[in-house]
Amino acid sequence: MDDVDAIAALQDPVRRRLYDYVAAQDHEVGRAEAADAAGIQRTLAAFHLDRLTEAGLLDAVFRRPAGRSGPGAGRPAKLYRRSATERTVSVPPRDYRVPAELLAEVVEEIGGEEVLERLARIRGRSAGAAAAEAMAAAAETGADRAGADRAGADRAGAGTPGGDTPDPDTPDAGAPGERMMAALRARGYEPYRDGAELRLRNCPFHALAVAFPPVVCGMNLALLEGLVEGLGPAGVTARMDPRPGECCVVLDSKNNDS
Amino acid sequence: MTDHHLAEFNVARLREPLDAPAMAEFLALFEPINALADSAPGFVWRLTDGEGDDATAIRPYGDDIIINLSVWESREALWNFAYRSAHLDVMRRRREWLLRMAEPYFVMWWVPAGYVPPLEEARERLAMLRREGPGPEAFTYRKVYDPDGALATV
Repeated sequence: MDDVDAIAALQDPVRRRLYDYVAAQDHEVGRAEAADAAGIQRTLAAFHLDRLTEAGLLDAVFRRPAGRSGPGAGRPAKLYRRSATERTVSVPPRDYRVPAELLAEVVEEIGGEEVLERLARIRGRSAGAAAAEAMAAAAETGADRAGADRAGADRAGAGTPGGDTPDPDTPDAGAPGERMMAALRARGYEPYRDGAELRLRNCPFHALAVAFPPVVCGMNLALLEGLVEGLGPAGVTARMDPRPGECCVVLDSKNNDS
Repeated sequence: MTDHHLAEFNVARLREPLDAPAMAEFLALFEPINALADSAPGFVWRLTDGEGDDATAIRPYGDDIIINLSVWESREALWNFAYRSAHLDVMRRRREWLLRMAEPYFVMWWVPAGYVPPLEEARERLAMLRREGPGPEAFTYRKVYDPDGALATV
């Protein structure tokens, strides 16, 4: 199945809901759980989950529920998780991967990491400032949800291209923690809270980071340091703390209430 | 159980001697990072010099070049240690302490499980990579081979 067909499989709203739910979880998801989350019947959920698997958007695995083994443990359940395969569609055709890899190679070869990190910090800072401004404008229109949406959309059009609009559905978008979460989500990081830490489930630069880890992870850290500065919440610091399967950066919050 | 383990050899050119004040932070990282390697999933073995718990006294390429030689159960095991642990931040900051090298400074190759590669073999693999580019006998993460010699898709 090609990329266009795979992405087209998400057009069905029920399927899209199931996909979004499974993709957001930190564990493999069974049919019952997915059905509950999407508010549909289990049989229908199974049908759509298998369509998504055929499209290569989800991977299916058979596993016994944790803690059960041996006779009497029952049949292994079919569980789903987001596929690691990347799907990209660009109309008209564009290829930014080759130049990105070449430029990363140049940085590595000439030892240009310091310049890259300085520029990334500046870019992160202006993206953070733009996001803070957009959120402030959205908050000003207050309870008027339609107004907030429009302000966000206008900002996106006038400001930096792509992904800079905070999620207007975020409740209480004015709170510093929520603003941070929304700005990170808008950039594809998939943040989640872990105590005083904000950890990032997804690396938006994955393929490039795998090819050039120190260069790209260093750039990513600088981008996020800049983003934090630009957004302006006090007491949040970005640092490297890579774990298998996650982004290399974690955000610490110092202004804990507890 | 796999029949093959992954050997890794890398060299690094020091900006200043290890006992220089500017290198103190780098030197202090050796112990925790080596401890991290030793306890990392899939770690098998690493070369030490008999004086300390690291290989810094072994300088076959000259006084300003330190070396690392280690064996791992798989590519993923080495990858997760090198780039998915606190070691990544050392890599990110390496320009503070290490000079850029014009030639390849990192090489991997497959060894039979249980085999401890001698330093001479490691030097030969690095020389091979520098001479002929990546191949099944000497490769990098940019172009990875399986133990059977096939080019791997990562």
